[in-house]
Amino acid sequence: MTMISQDAAAPLVADEAGGLHRRSLPARFLDFIRHQPLGTVGIVMVGIVLVAGIGADWIAPYDPTANDFAAMMQSPSWAHLLGTDQFGRDILSRIIYGARTALIVGLSTAMIGGAGGLLLGVASAYFGGRLDLLVQRALDVLMAFPLIIMALAVVAAFGTGVRNVIIALTIPLIPRCARVVRSSALAIREVPYVDAARACGFSHSRIILRHMVPNVVAPFLIVVTAAVGQAILAEAALSYLGLGVQEPVPDWGLMLQGGAEEYAVTAPWIAIFPGLAIMLAVFGVNIFGDALRDALDPKLRER
Amino acid sequence: MTGDDMYRYLIKRILLIVPTLFGAATLVFFLMRLIPGDICVIRLGSGGTSFTEQALSECHAALGLDRPLWLQFIHFIWGFCRLDLGTSMWSGRPVAYEIATRFPVSLEIAVFATVIAVIIAIPLGTISALKQNSWTDLAVRTFAIAGIATPSFWIGIVSLLAVLNLTQYFFGQPWMPPINYVSVWQHPLRSMSIVILPAVTVGYRYSAVVMRMTRSAMLEVLREDYIRTARAKGLVNRIIVNRHGLKNAMLPVVTVIGIEFAFLIGGLVVTETVFNLNGIGRLLVQAIGNQDYTLTQGIVMLIVTIFVLTNLVVDVLYAWLDPRIRFA
Amino acid sequence: MDLQDPPGRQFHNGDPLTAADVAASLNEIAFPPKGVLSPRSDNFMMVKDITAPDPGTVVIHLKFATTAFLPALADPFNWIYEKKILDTDPHWYEQHIMGSGPFKFAGYQIGQSIKGVRNPDYYHKGLPYLDGFVGIFAPKQAVQLDAIRADRAATEFRGYPPSAIDQLKEQLDGQIKVQTSDWNCTLGAWINHKKKPFDDVRVRRALTLAIDRWGSAPGLSKIAVMHTVGSIVFPGSPLAPSKAQLETLAGFWPGINKSRAEARRLLKEAGAEGLSFELLNRNVDQPYKYLGTWLVDQWSKIGLHVTQRVVPTGPWFAALRSGDFTVGTGGSCHGIVNPPIDVQTWLPRSVSSANFGYYDDPKEIDLYDKMLHETDPTKQRADMWNFVKWVLDDQAHFIETMWWYRIVPLRSYVNGWKIGPSHYLNQDLSTIWLSPPHCGKCTAEPAPAL
Repeated sequence: MTMISQDAAAPLVADEAGGLHRRSLPARFLDFIRHQPLGTVGIVMVGIVLVAGIGADWIAPYDPTANDFAAMMQSPSWAHLLGTDQFGRDILSRIIYGARTALIVGLSTAMIGGAGGLLLGVASAYFGGRLDLLVQRALDVLMAFPLIIMALAVVAAFGTGVRNVIIALTIPLIPRCARVVRSSALAIREVPYVDAARACGFSHSRIILRHMVPNVVAPFLIVVTAAVGQAILAEAALSYLGLGVQEPVPDWGLMLQGGAEEYAVTAPWIAIFPGLAIMLAVFGVNIFGDALRDALDPKLRER
Repeated sequence: MTGDDMYRYLIKRILLIVPTLFGAATLVFFLMRLIPGDICVIRLGSGGTSFTEQALSECHAALGLDRPLWLQFIHFIWGFCRLDLGTSMWSGRPVAYEIATRFPVSLEIAVFATVIAVIIAIPLGTISALKQNSWTDLAVRTFAIAGIATPSFWIGIVSLLAVLNLTQYFFGQPWMPPINYVSVWQHPLRSMSIVILPAVTVGYRYSAVVMRMTRSAMLEVLREDYIRTARAKGLVNRIIVNRHGLKNAMLPVVTVIGIEFAFLIGGLVVTETVFNLNGIGRLLVQAIGNQDYTLTQGIVMLIVTIFVLTNLVVDVLYAWLDPRIRFA
Repeated sequence: MDLQDPPGRQFHNGDPLTAADVAASLNEIAFPPKGVLSPRSDNFMMVKDITAPDPGTVVIHLKFATTAFLPALADPFNWIYEKKILDTDPHWYEQHIMGSGPFKFAGYQIGQSIKGVRNPDYYHKGLPYLDGFVGIFAPKQAVQLDAIRADRAATEFRGYPPSAIDQLKEQLDGQIKVQTSDWNCTLGAWINHKKKPFDDVRVRRALTLAIDRWGSAPGLSKIAVMHTVGSIVFPGSPLAPSKAQLETLAGFWPGINKSRAEARRLLKEAGAEGLSFELLNRNVDQPYKYLGTWLVDQWSKIGLHVTQRVVPTGPWFAALRSGDFTVGTGGSCHGIVNPPIDVQTWLPRSVSSANFGYYDDPKEIDLYDKMLHETDPTKQRADMWNFVKWVLDDQAHFIETMWWYRIVPLRSYVNGWKIGPSHYLNQDLSTIWLSPPHCGKCTAEPAPAL
């Protein structure tokens, strides 16, 4: 498999050809930083979000949902580093816990949607014929809906809340992912070793899982990484519209509606910090994704 | 490339639209019916008053909701085929009229956002590609990725606040754009002052997408042999870029602009909410909220159709320029 | 009942407004012809017939005497249309606007604005003062406040919480004035008795005991229009319970810790410790969303896990009406302060269609009837207290929280408007006038209307 570059992405993708010469971890790490300065920043930012999301219970200084009418709309101070909102809730704590919501939505959407798209795309390419045609038309239909329109409709039908937001964002992701995977898989389907596997009488699922899936991993990972950022943004938009996660769940998009707008003049910190959190998190995911793409896709390397 | 091929491809591609639109119509029809609730309950009771079962069934009959589902579906599809979107169940006015009163706002924002995006994106993307891996490149790329990462509604909230505060600080009186939309044909200046902030808000993200595409398309083209030849011939960089590079890099860039534009028409929901603009996106949210089936179906089908047609134009354009695609 | 109407009034199209038009319109509301929807026909269930013997007289016969009639007649939604038009097309009103009021309809852009121009033939000579008005649709509180701040709007007649008003005052030093009033609206939460374990009065009492009304009111009333801790009776009314009486109701006790300990004990006794449920709420800023967030936090203090389902007005109503919820925000809002009629909301489902507790309670009906038919004010007050205590304490049918408070901001050039306890009333704008430089030729206060 020649797609994989030697230095940057070696730890990320299994290499079947085994033509990779292993260097020491620190050396490869330094190499990555040198070649991908932005990517490194991305990894650090993603790391921060991960730590905040996973360790919220230990890191957050306050209960993110506890109202405290004695501390309403306080400006940033040592007691409340990022200030408090109109219910007297600590904004830093809500942002830290909000990372968890963002991660849950972003990662589950990307994983479920990605897995669905991967299977659909590979199967569609492998079997071809009528199944492919049927799947393609179904995907056409889903793709014809702009993401936010699809999400609005799904949330309206199934209701709000974290689980339904994930469903609403997963459905539009599946076709986008399936498309990318299918076109890579189509190319691989004609490669001799797949024919050979078929000639050997291996089962379809074995061929798909063992031979085709690993070979579309690179474009797949790129799509899925991009999806994480998109899902976080779309979730924030839905929650801002009141159609996503509901109060008092700590959530970045939700934090930007209501008090954030109503008291933007006298208490701007309510509006500014959650917005920054979304921006930095998605920024991190995106530059990480870009670095990953550059590393995985030789055509785009050196750019 | 023969004209016959092209013709066949065109027919095939246009025929493919039919199942897509039909599928979309089916999907939206049944999704709407999955939503718990009843427009008649909302219409009769949203003032908090009571009403009789008889009133409810009369309302159902008046809206045609007492007919079997398959009949309603056929009615909807048949109407769509005749470009008749029916009457809004909530307001009683034709869906086409309801949409027509909102569409200009969304369209105007989308057009201005496109202009802003192109003005920012094309020069920056080109410079970024020419000075690849320089600090300029890094700065432009960071700016672009930040544009994709920033929620547009947050930029909206913050910029509205900034405009209010800055005008109060400098002129003594706070200013904000009018919230009562007038069309650009009636009062061009007033109209522009309304849409400029929303357009910048979404234009940033839009420009970021276009910028990235411009950069990578430019890079691709700059690698092509003829550019190298031109360089070898000693042509000045600027001529190369203007005459050879940009022109050839334009196709994917125009594609992205087209698709993003189609996306914007439907994707302005959040921005319209921030700025209280009476556009197609907010109408859709209201229509879904009121369970106005006909209006929701009408808006969704409009957005989907715009989306599908834009894709068609893009695909056909590509096929026309790049014969390989036709046989894929 | 015999209503005399002075002649000389006319519709905006120039046709005279006579008793025949009034009778025809009220008839269409009270006895809708087939195919016409009249959600308010129930309001006139006591009416036998409505006639117009001569152009200046409307006669309404009642089936039985009741105090509910006059408030029903005073309802601001009883529009009067021309008989001539209603006779030819009973659906005409669904798509058209006509009246005899101070302003003529001048245009409507859906979801955006409504315009009116001065009616020179208005029957109060000299009124209205304004040449016209534009009403702007802006559902979000933030946008409304921005618009007032930037003088895109002169006022908003519903009302805001103090912290929003303070913010406006701070920015518009001396350019803004406010009027305040108690508000005949209250909000709390319905408990659906049909859902387990809420059929158990211990669980319902625990829910209401958990809520620290006295402790939260000072803070919550800064950010929400919720303000006065009270029962289901308008606090300004002579029929309202005293503070000492209130403090005996579950959830209104002076010490919140004692109250919450009792709540936990009741939950444990009922086997419902750590109960999880969903609160149905309405997607409206004031005060619904604030109420929801606050309630969820209050309930977490006794170990309950509550999530919210926040939906637009339509689906919110639909869910309340279909019983598809466990606990849902709701309350009562009336134009005219009339507690004996207003508390009908809390009568059992079989009697009150505005009741979303889905319970049956014959004793409650008895208590209500006793109060309704009592004519001695002191005794009626005592009867009302028995009714309130039964609903809120003994049965804990409903979680009452606070009554609303209106603070209406007006740009200081807006004069002649007077606040009242309802946002449904006093909105004809006929007496509003503007100070210079916001009026054309005026220099001082307008001449009083005849």
